[in-house]
Amino acid sequence: MAVVTAPKPSEELISIDKTSDQLDTITLRIARSNPAAGHETTYSEFKVPVKKWTTVLETILYVKQNLDHAVAVRYSCRQASCGSCGMKINGKPSLACYTRVSELHSNVITVEPMNNFPIIRDLAVDFKQLISNHKKIKPFIIREDSEVTPESKEFIQTPKDVEKYLQFSYCIKCGLCNAACPTMATDTSFIGPQGLAQAYRYVADNRDKGKEDRLKIVDDSHGIWRCHFAGSCSHVCPKGVDPAMAIQLLRGYLLGFQK
Amino acid sequence: MRESIIMKIHYGTALGAVVLVAVHILMRMTQNFGQSLQYQNVIANYHFLPYALMLESILILLSVHGFNGLRVILLELKQGSSYEKMVNYGSIASMAILIAYGSRTILMAGMGMS
Repeated sequence: MAVVTAPKPSEELISIDKTSDQLDTITLRIARSNPAAGHETTYSEFKVPVKKWTTVLETILYVKQNLDHAVAVRYSCRQASCGSCGMKINGKPSLACYTRVSELHSNVITVEPMNNFPIIRDLAVDFKQLISNHKKIKPFIIREDSEVTPESKEFIQTPKDVEKYLQFSYCIKCGLCNAACPTMATDTSFIGPQGLAQAYRYVADNRDKGKEDRLKIVDDSHGIWRCHFAGSCSHVCPKGVDPAMAIQLLRGYLLGFQK
Repeated sequence: MRESIIMKIHYGTALGAVVLVAVHILMRMTQNFGQSLQYQNVIANYHFLPYALMLESILILLSVHGFNGLRVILLELKQGSSYEKMVNYGSIASMAILIAYGSRTILMAGMGMS
């Protein structure tokens, strides 16, 4: 992941074919800000030609490469795998590479940095807290023995065991759930739906022996109990992960409903 | 105290309060509303020991639940270790003061000192 502020000469130019099956020309409004330099948020408007399959990321890259090189945006894989290009698109936290212009049903598209994250510049936000909360819940299998020694066998799991945590392992750490979370808007110390869903992912994994450690970490005054179950985290997840459900299931362990 | 224990108390007091307040409302419905608010009838509730104990329980349950709710709201509004300490101890102190003052009222009314 890198913050891109200006196109490199070697970078492929994004050009949208204006003649064949062109749908429309849209107005792209990009939120511009630079808090480090004390600049307030302003909006720059650009006219961008789009086709049926043009994604919002492609329109931003079109602007960067043809109209304004200084737009700051973070992106990498362009296929919803890396979780870099999260931003607010017409008010909803989404991945720019995974959102087609045509599905927004609007000729004006406003892109803004994600809420609940410090802004670096324009559309690029700081992921420091997301990553530190993710690390805090120990996102790895904890156990004394290893499956790689010659004496030990591999840790066998039934499909039912895998099913308990599989959807939560699809998280790409894009931060959209944290951006949509109303608790994160006021409680800056809250672990957030991403961290809590990952805590559940490892607690529910029967190979893991670190359940007690993780439950202690999330059982904090800014931990799992601060979730108000708004459900917006699950609504915006581009990978179909349901952090709200993970949080409720994790609460089951703390309340003694689940062992 | 662990947050999970505090939240178990929070949920428990909510359930307890709902049940006891329902009993309290049903008891009010044994006579018409105006009558139930007459001085002698109100004082009679305090003189009847089981009812006075129920009112005391409602007072404790609602105070614990309410002040913990307020604590949670204040913790979500602002963060910082000294602020959080102040909110935690402030909530406990306010809760204790309210329970003490309410208990004093119940006791005095029950003993005919009002």
